[in-house]
Amino acid sequence: MRMLKTFRKGGVHPPENKLSAGKPIKVLPVPTSVFIPVSQHIGAPATPVVQRGDQVKVGQIIAKSSSFVSTNIHSSVSGKVKKVDFQADSSGYPKQGIFIDVIGDEWIDEIDRSEELKKDFNLDGPEIVKKIQEAGIVGEGGATFPTHVKLVPPKGMKADTLIINGVECEPYLTSDHRLMLEKPDEIIVGTRLLMKALGVEKAVIGIENNKPDAIRKLSEKAKEYKGISVAALKVKYPQGGEKQLIKAVTGREVPSGGLPIAVGAVVNNVGTAFAVYEAIQKNKPLFERVVTITGKGIANPSNFRVRIGTPTSALVEAAGGLPEDTGKVISGGPMMGRAIASLDVPVTKGTSGILIMKNDEAKRKKYIACIRCSRCVSACPMGLEPYLLMTLAEKQIFDRAEDDKIMDCMECGSCSYTCPSNRPLLDYIRFGKGKVGQIMRSRKK
Amino acid sequence: MSITIVYTIATLSVIGTSAAVILYFVAQKFKVYEDPRINEVEENLPAANCGGCGYAGCRAFAEACVKASDLGDLYCPVGGNETMNKVAEILGLEAVKKDARVAYIRCNGTCDHRPKTNIFDGAATCAIAASVYSGETDCQWGCLGYGDCFDACDFDAIELRTDLGVPRIIDDMCVACGACVEACPKDLIELRKRFPKDRKVVVACRNTDKGGVARKACSVACIGCGKCEKECNFDAITIENNLAFIDSDKCKLCRKCVPVCPTNAIIEENFPPRKIKQEEKEECSTAK
Repeated sequence: MRMLKTFRKGGVHPPENKLSAGKPIKVLPVPTSVFIPVSQHIGAPATPVVQRGDQVKVGQIIAKSSSFVSTNIHSSVSGKVKKVDFQADSSGYPKQGIFIDVIGDEWIDEIDRSEELKKDFNLDGPEIVKKIQEAGIVGEGGATFPTHVKLVPPKGMKADTLIINGVECEPYLTSDHRLMLEKPDEIIVGTRLLMKALGVEKAVIGIENNKPDAIRKLSEKAKEYKGISVAALKVKYPQGGEKQLIKAVTGREVPSGGLPIAVGAVVNNVGTAFAVYEAIQKNKPLFERVVTITGKGIANPSNFRVRIGTPTSALVEAAGGLPEDTGKVISGGPMMGRAIASLDVPVTKGTSGILIMKNDEAKRKKYIACIRCSRCVSACPMGLEPYLLMTLAEKQIFDRAEDDKIMDCMECGSCSYTCPSNRPLLDYIRFGKGKVGQIMRSRKK
Repeated sequence: MSITIVYTIATLSVIGTSAAVILYFVAQKFKVYEDPRINEVEENLPAANCGGCGYAGCRAFAEACVKASDLGDLYCPVGGNETMNKVAEILGLEAVKKDARVAYIRCNGTCDHRPKTNIFDGAATCAIAASVYSGETDCQWGCLGYGDCFDACDFDAIELRTDLGVPRIIDDMCVACGACVEACPKDLIELRKRFPKDRKVVVACRNTDKGGVARKACSVACIGCGKCEKECNFDAITIENNLAFIDSDKCKLCRKCVPVCPTNAIIEENFPPRKIKQEEKEECSTAK
């Protein structure tokens, strides 16, 4: 039997708990009001172009991209702009955004609302990139890096492989899985569009082996096209990390501090590929996405197609309401997601799931001293020494932390997950990363 | 056998003597001149090595003092004017007199005033909590209460008050080294002028949200109404971004701003109880 591919260093096997894997994607009713933040991506926040009292339609630009590394924000509903103001996001700090009161559901005329599959296109690379940029597409895997930036490699670098990330290694989440099952043709077209934009001949769709149905379906659809293949990968967290996926699929290792393009690879999520299809073939900008709402305590774990800006509370209601013994509501998956302090926090372009954890699951255990077992070292997919980095961050020895490559940490949480002393390794490392980043930036100036 | 011992002693003595001679000349050649006043100055410093002066310990500060042509920028907050006078005397310079200072935590968001809206269970330090999110209450400006200032203080001048949820400065112990000011990620701690008997009038709030938002999160938040600014005869109070600030260098401790504050955000400490209010009341009742 052939060995399945995976990345080599580290990794953990958290229980999968894919409760909503068998639930088809349903459309969540449009909420009565939405809050659309102007910063849903990495880079400069977009600048609002609507004012209080303006009438907007679905798909209309309401905030314009302010620099190259930034994206447009489109209205996800039709109605009247209530105000342009600040509201707390998942970090609790207020962020600027646009409040819209929903009236009806009127779309702009350019959008093709038919379900019909459009396979053919005759655009060249730069045209595709331009359309992607206009449609406000960002990486839907969670990091929300503007897609058009990824598609324009820096000078002197050339991509040769496009990797489509269908790994979904986070426990509980199933939004990508469902999308692959229900929209395989669209994803393949999206992949072809991305290949054209990048000018590459080869694309690999990486999917973990716990989704055999998705692997089968996409392999079948990919047969029609030369250059597109599906790679079944061994189940291991964090395979969905960009660098891990490149290693697993191509065997190439991205150098420390480097971008994937340094080894000729560009990674995009399946959700992004689908959004690219919709943007180019259907003229539909990114204003809705698939979100998993799940958790052991809730009545109906399910997958919804949700308009951006919908409050989390609406999703929770649709899944059967908030159970009484709720300990935490997490935006994202259990490993990398973050707990949110209020259910008013809206769904954004990077929200792949909402996880509701029971009180007893959610509580952290008391932490004790490090016993030097080095499990965190074995678990770290980046080959770092988390126990050491934690101590360095705790003692504020930031120069050594930098030498020990603290900035290579991608915050996957494998170290904290595996620690038998329940030490908050990632908390300290993340703090250290912030400080070291500050120091490095001030040095550049 | 005995001759071996003699030889040994003789050889070692010759080696020892010649090494001593070489070392003597080498020491002469490479002698580093050090100003004896550095030691003298250092002896007069508090030896706390707190870094409050901005230098890496008392020795480094002493060196800087000796090098300096005037003591304008050099001040030991721990030793105060007394120490600086001594240093100036040794160096034949003039000391700059400065007001003594004391740290104050500008947040009164105790458990009674500021209800918790969520629970943080990450690593319990202010720096980490602040880097993750805004805090356990709706006020994103206030004290987180994990005691980074307490950890930073070398003088036991901060007590953690788990009953209040906000640490308190012990005025008698505080030397105004500024370690806590650096440690607080919310920038709550201010070094204020130390008044006789440690009296103080302070706006104990840093919330720059609009009045309604601030008040909703905390019952003693400054809402930036400006009443205190109007009441102040000494221009000590300024309002900026919906937040009042009392400049301790201008404040005369008249306490007129305290009763006009609608949210009790202005705190007076170590004053005798007020009598004036009662007299006013009596006058009113007699007039009726």
